[in-house]
Amino acid sequence: MSARVASRAYADPYVAGVGLGLVLLASFVLAGRGLGASGAFAAAAATSVHAVAPGAVTGNAYLTEHLGAGGPLRDWLVVEILGVLVGGFVSAALAGRLALRVERGAHATIRQRLGAALAGGVLMGGGAVLARGCTSGQALTGGALLSVGAWLFIGGAFAMAYLVALATRRSWT
Amino acid sequence: MSAPLPLSLATGSAGALAVAFGVGIGFGWWLERAGLGSAPKLMGQFHLTDLTVFKVMFSAIVTAMLGLFWLARFGIVDLSRVYVPETFVLPQIVGGMVFGAGMALAGLCPGTSCVAAATGRGDGLVVAGGFFAGVLVTALALPTMARFYGSGARGSLTLDAVLDVETGSLILVVVAAALAGFLVAEHVEQWKARRLAEVER
Repeated sequence: MSARVASRAYADPYVAGVGLGLVLLASFVLAGRGLGASGAFAAAAATSVHAVAPGAVTGNAYLTEHLGAGGPLRDWLVVEILGVLVGGFVSAALAGRLALRVERGAHATIRQRLGAALAGGVLMGGGAVLARGCTSGQALTGGALLSVGAWLFIGGAFAMAYLVALATRRSWT
Repeated sequence: MSAPLPLSLATGSAGALAVAFGVGIGFGWWLERAGLGSAPKLMGQFHLTDLTVFKVMFSAIVTAMLGLFWLARFGIVDLSRVYVPETFVLPQIVGGMVFGAGMALAGLCPGTSCVAAATGRGDGLVVAGGFFAGVLVTALALPTMARFYGSGARGSLTLDAVLDVETGSLILVVVAAALAGFLVAEHVEQWKARRLAEVER
């Protein structure tokens, strides 16, 4: 391969899954809540809107709910996501997997890949607001708690993901 | 005194935030270890070539579910104080579908996009930026679809309550289904690998 330090192979998926499950369990036991990701972005969005147009937050129940009293750095999910950045970075650094790059399919240009990434991100943002959570807060956390809405979310999300992946498979394979 | 610790009562306290940071580190660590910070690997789930997403997600769900169930059985955790996400039937089906379409385009989900960005992937950074924009715009537009957003509200509803079965029995079924799913996943990966090898030849 390249002259760089060879990166190590990823962990066994079942080992990583049990590890992730124990982190989720620790969160339930220590904090009385599960994992999340979209809530941190919602807090950041509420903070941004509040900074530019405070009136827009006051009339909006969703933004009000996500505008923490002590600012975003005292928000549980924001601090958790900062931890995710650190944990992911440290894990990749120790395994020699840090590298600046744009990962894309064999038949996609960088411009196409970033366009799809942007569009996909925006769509996920819309979906996560409507569903009140994403793969972390709904699928993983709600799934483990046997929440009905979480399993509806899992069904809807994976069904559509398979359809869209089928339609766009040429750019990846 | 039983868990969860009263940390959860003092949201924003130093103790609660230390737990949040520690939990986040563990979360990010295992997502990266599994390879889920990589969009091509994640897309393998939807092209049926690499079912890591399914294996990681369902072993995590089963582990946390079993752990919580038994800790509650032994009186170590008070389940009534663990927050169960509320159910809103239609918004979660529709929201899930919009989210899923976005996930297949992005090749990452919000959590994994953070890991992707933190490990140097430009596509991860763009997904996270797009996600922020999507949340912002939809949140601002939410008052115009308040009726839909609040429809089908069922509170913290769980599957065992809906199906009217013992929690333990349902958990047994979920574990059995996950184990069967893992077996199927291994076979699907082998079948797909054989097919791709035949095409190459």
